[in-house]
Amino acid sequence: MELITNDTADTRIVTVIDTRIDAAVAIQFKDAMRAQTEGGPKRVVLDLSEVMFIDSSGLGAVVAAKKLLNGAHTLELAGLTPVVDKVFKLTRMDSVFSIHTNVATAVPALAS
Amino acid sequence: MIEVETTDTAISIQCLSDTFEVRNSLKTLMNDMETRDYLPEERGTVELVLAEVLNNVAEHAYEEMGDGKIELDMAYIPGGISIVLQDFGKPMPNGQTPLGMPANLDVEVDDLPEGGFGWFLIGELAKDLTYVRRGDANHLSFRMSLGE
Repeated sequence: MELITNDTADTRIVTVIDTRIDAAVAIQFKDAMRAQTEGGPKRVVLDLSEVMFIDSSGLGAVVAAKKLLNGAHTLELAGLTPVVDKVFKLTRMDSVFSIHTNVATAVPALAS
Repeated sequence: MIEVETTDTAISIQCLSDTFEVRNSLKTLMNDMETRDYLPEERGTVELVLAEVLNNVAEHAYEEMGDGKIELDMAYIPGGISIVLQDFGKPMPNGQTPLGMPANLDVEVDDLPEGGFGWFLIGELAKDLTYVRRGDANHLSFRMSLGE
């Protein structure tokens, strides 16, 4: 499970490079999120624009990451592709996360 | 170890209850749908439901042993697909599929559910879900409407 981070003044953008967050990698994802956010900025935006597929295990791992980070960080999401968006809407998890269309709208400082 | 058979109107696949075999099986099934001109969103919805039922077999019927046999038949029918899934693992608790209720999200962050979404998603997206235990085998069948 490969994650890439990119910091602005107050936000850490974590980009998932893999195209799937599924049962095969759910635990690795959670561990990688912990490693990539420790000691970084409080605000974390998870860029999911490369992720074409997520299943219930993957969704559980994203929720677990939010819980893991809670307190020291806030976790927001950006760039949900159609299937990922569908899973968040059906489970109503879209009401639990701040969801941005893409990283540029989540972090305007990035564009300027 | 995946075995695949295709006909004009169906694809059958045999695999083991390992998460990476499940992943490769899903890839094979999605490639087959793509060659039959199903749209990306239709394929995504089917992949989601198939991932949930297959991972459920791997995690619960075979208790994450990774070497249980799974047989899946997907038939292309007018207006959608019809699925029959067979495994030889443990039966469903109480002889029926879990109800799959929507999760209670009106809680503190620390209390948010990290699981229990699978059967809810299956229930939302699949139709005519039927489960029977026959001998030492689990049979699950359902339909999905596509192209609506």
